[in-house]
Amino acid sequence: MNVQITDWPDRLFATLKRAGIRQVGYVPDAGHARLIDRCRADPDIRDVVLTTEEEGVALAAGAWLGGERAALLMQSSGLGNCVNMFSLARSCRFPLLMLITMRGEWEEFNPWQVPMGSIVDPVLKLCEAEVYRVTKPEDVESTAERAVQHVFGDERIGAIILSQQLIGKKVWTK
Amino acid sequence: MSGKLERRAAMATLLADRGDDLLVVPGLGSTTYDLAAAGDDDRNFYLWGAMGGAAMIGLGLALAQPDKRVAVITGDGEMLMGMGALATIGIQRPGNLAIVVFDNGVYGETGMQPSHTQSGVDLLAVAAACGIGPCLDVRDEAALRDLAARLKDLRETLFARVLIEASEPPRVLPERDGVVLKDRFRAAVGVKA
Repeated sequence: MNVQITDWPDRLFATLKRAGIRQVGYVPDAGHARLIDRCRADPDIRDVVLTTEEEGVALAAGAWLGGERAALLMQSSGLGNCVNMFSLARSCRFPLLMLITMRGEWEEFNPWQVPMGSIVDPVLKLCEAEVYRVTKPEDVESTAERAVQHVFGDERIGAIILSQQLIGKKVWTK
Repeated sequence: MSGKLERRAAMATLLADRGDDLLVVPGLGSTTYDLAAAGDDDRNFYLWGAMGGAAMIGLGLALAQPDKRVAVITGDGEMLMGMGALATIGIQRPGNLAIVVFDNGVYGETGMQPSHTQSGVDLLAVAAACGIGPCLDVRDEAALRDLAARLKDLRETLFARVLIEASEPPRVLPERDGVVLKDRFRAAVGVKA
């Protein structure tokens, strides 16, 4: 049997709910569109649309200071915007759960996505973030659960990397 | 005599009788020293880095603790680096959040180089344009006391620009260990696991 699982954004949402996430910061992103919709529709989640991803790093720190759990949704290009703000999470050991959709690694039409997309893993490692990469839809939920445990249990930075293979290629039309 | 407010006295006025439910996030540099000089408190979350992040830390905190008051008190340089946060806050508008900018028109920490506000960039107008209100232009003692009173009875997201003189009082250096600052803050708020 080879049943294609296409509801992985819903499974991610279920994981966030089980984890007690109350604030979700995001910069709009096509790969996260379904998850963003689910978060916006949930009365127990405060969805915070950001102008740039590093705002979300600071938002999550503030949430934790006040006793709430936050998650940060972004595309790989946004990771580079966060690097200095990670010093907040690293210096204070704030839990920081990031869900990052990949661009620039597989069937990418736009070459400008490649420079940042190609350095996501080393940048995360340099920033002392644990990397949880997912390429198969059936692995999304279990991998996300492990990331949640690590991030909030140990007050660490964790990034769930949703590969471009998982998401599917962006369709470019005129 | 510039006629502008002195930063240490201004901070002391804003925090006089602060009450148990006021949580304060300063920016890195001078406002962190000002806050420490006004009296150390577990409910101060001093910043030694994360430039541009103070307002967003305040937003996350205000959303998480709706029954407490949150005052971000930062400088013009720090606010300029995170100016997009005013747009983000402008559409969230938690009623328990105040953003106060001590504006002296210079980057004090790095040698008093002029900031954008000295050349006419108006953070008060930016905040107002982002939908934050009320936006207060604090230029004298009376306006400062009015702001202090409003901080005690926050009802809507408030922005204030406090015009201060470009002075450099002796630094008062608070705790630098981020984990210590985080843990003591969370314990004071009552959320430490």
